[in-house]
Amino acid sequence: MTSLLEVRDLRVSFPARGGRTIHPVDGISFALERGRTLALVGESGCGKSLTGLALLRLVPPPGRIDASSVIRLEGKDMMSFDEEAMRAVRGGRIGMVFQDPMTSLNPVLTAGDQIAEAVRAHRPVSRRDALARAEALLGEVGIADPSRRLGEYPHQLSGGMRQRVMIAIALAAEPEIIIADEPTTALDVTVQAQILELLDRLRQERGMAVLLITHDLGVVAGRADDMCVMYAGQIVERASTRQVFEAPAHPYTRGLFSSVPTITGARERLTPIGGSVPPPTAWPTGCRFGPRCPERFARCDSMPTLRRAAPGHEARCWLAGDEA
Amino acid sequence: MTAPAGTAPLLDVRDLVKHYGARALLGRSAPPVRAVDGVSLTLGRGETLGLVGESGCGKTTVGRTLIRLQEPTSGRALLDGTDIFTLGPDALRAFRRRVQMIFQDPYGSLNPRMTVGDAIAEGMDIHHIGTKPQRRRRVATLLEEVGLDASYASRYPHEFSGGQRQRIGIARALAVEPELIICDEPVSSLDVSVQAQVLNLLSDLQRARRLSYLFIAHDLAVVRQVADRIAVMYLGRIVETGAADRVLSAPRHPYTVALRSAVPEASMTPAAGRIVLSGDPPSPAAPPPGCAFHTRCFHPKRDERCRTERPELRPLGSVQVACHYAESTP
Repeated sequence: MTSLLEVRDLRVSFPARGGRTIHPVDGISFALERGRTLALVGESGCGKSLTGLALLRLVPPPGRIDASSVIRLEGKDMMSFDEEAMRAVRGGRIGMVFQDPMTSLNPVLTAGDQIAEAVRAHRPVSRRDALARAEALLGEVGIADPSRRLGEYPHQLSGGMRQRVMIAIALAAEPEIIIADEPTTALDVTVQAQILELLDRLRQERGMAVLLITHDLGVVAGRADDMCVMYAGQIVERASTRQVFEAPAHPYTRGLFSSVPTITGARERLTPIGGSVPPPTAWPTGCRFGPRCPERFARCDSMPTLRRAAPGHEARCWLAGDEA
Repeated sequence: MTAPAGTAPLLDVRDLVKHYGARALLGRSAPPVRAVDGVSLTLGRGETLGLVGESGCGKTTVGRTLIRLQEPTSGRALLDGTDIFTLGPDALRAFRRRVQMIFQDPYGSLNPRMTVGDAIAEGMDIHHIGTKPQRRRRVATLLEEVGLDASYASRYPHEFSGGQRQRIGIARALAVEPELIICDEPVSSLDVSVQAQVLNLLSDLQRARRLSYLFIAHDLAVVRQVADRIAVMYLGRIVETGAADRVLSAPRHPYTVALRSAVPEASMTPAAGRIVLSGDPPSPAAPPPGCAFHTRCFHPKRDERCRTERPELRPLGSVQVACHYAESTP
């Protein structure tokens, strides 16, 4: 069966000092299925956000997607789409929600105008109909008194409401996929819970696929069906969320779990990962996590591939699984 | 781990109020913003008090007022019995040796044109601590104490990662040998792997130097990791305070219950009965009358009294709670 969105060997290149080329996204492969949530998890600089932008072919110049990368939307090769076809994809078949709704919204347009504009960008409807649709969408994303909020400007809305407006804009063209990049990172924790529930409800009601990009393992737990852990431009672990949480197979993933303080259970000293994430100019040639890995051994001087740790569970580690 | 009975706390804050001016805006007069609206707290020697709450609750303003970066509207804050708020210029200088601050943004809080060594030594220069060679040696010791290489002293902040800069900020605070450090969201801009390193460092330094921390943060799990006691703030007031384990394992104020329940836990064990509050916190410029939380409260007993009568903090078991119906909080 064809996946809704299939990404194979996605690679993004940027020119670096000294005529070198760096690859902040370096060979990412995953598939997104209808009605499911896939999380891309990692710390800053791992390439997760750039992956999200690359899926819409929005890599900021002078970066570019390598021609060998494969992005297929329902089997159709998106890399060969012209600009017009891409415009129909962006905000059309794929909606986007970013971290900071204040900078993503236009400060001089009302919430209603911005949603209506998104509706009209993809549907041949009148302005009046588009505004009616905007009002319905505001209601759908849980904004009380939508007819009043329609006429308000972003600065008049709270952070949580702005993010709801962003979600309404993303929904305007009835997308099949939502890419949500740190959608709740800028929000208070009580509001964050509301927005995550909203995204989950919309996914269920509309059968959308959600690509949830986040640094927060807590946001992934119980929300994403499957997850990919990213480190230094690569996927280092991939499985169902349950499998990763119950038996993390990559030392980096285990390190992330032992670094996070918890609200329940015994209060123990945290076990951090030593060192810090290297920049793309300083990635080692072998396993990229090698220099920080407590389990490093001689073989780590060469780059491991994603290896089967268990059925449906892969890790980019020589110690994973029973393959020779 | 509260201060032992009979000994005075290091810091004793009474009825701290900070209102931001009722300024006329475009001809209309705006009500004052009640950022901090009557906060009392104590902190013992060697103790960590976690001050938690969401944005706009006033927790950062409490910290900034206590270090005299902002002047309070009213209230007292006694450090070893002397009121911080009435200190004259000389006394204030001496006070700044005893109380230091660590900020959230390790990028914005270091002067980009100053070497790391000069930034760390600045406090010692101001307070005329030691000779120049002594200060240089001390900078090297401090850098090593926070887990950095002594040779970094001659380098500039932009050469360092966020976690390293936060370590530099900690070394800078430690340079004048303070007794109390106000930590304002010290790890919230750091990646989790680095955050854990800094939290462990703060614990080690506390033990080695018997430091007191006022640890201001929005992340309950982070606060639980470091705090002996916590105080939960909502709209400028403390709504619940007590031993950290006590407050977080059996919260009595409905807001603490909701905050606790909203923490996204990195665990597949589903949180029992997750409570998702509706709406946003109200503006501190127009706090609701009565209990400020009543507009979002889910307590089955909430009633007219909550809308009209402001609940004061009162003892309940081993904690203090500002809720009329805390005895029956679900």
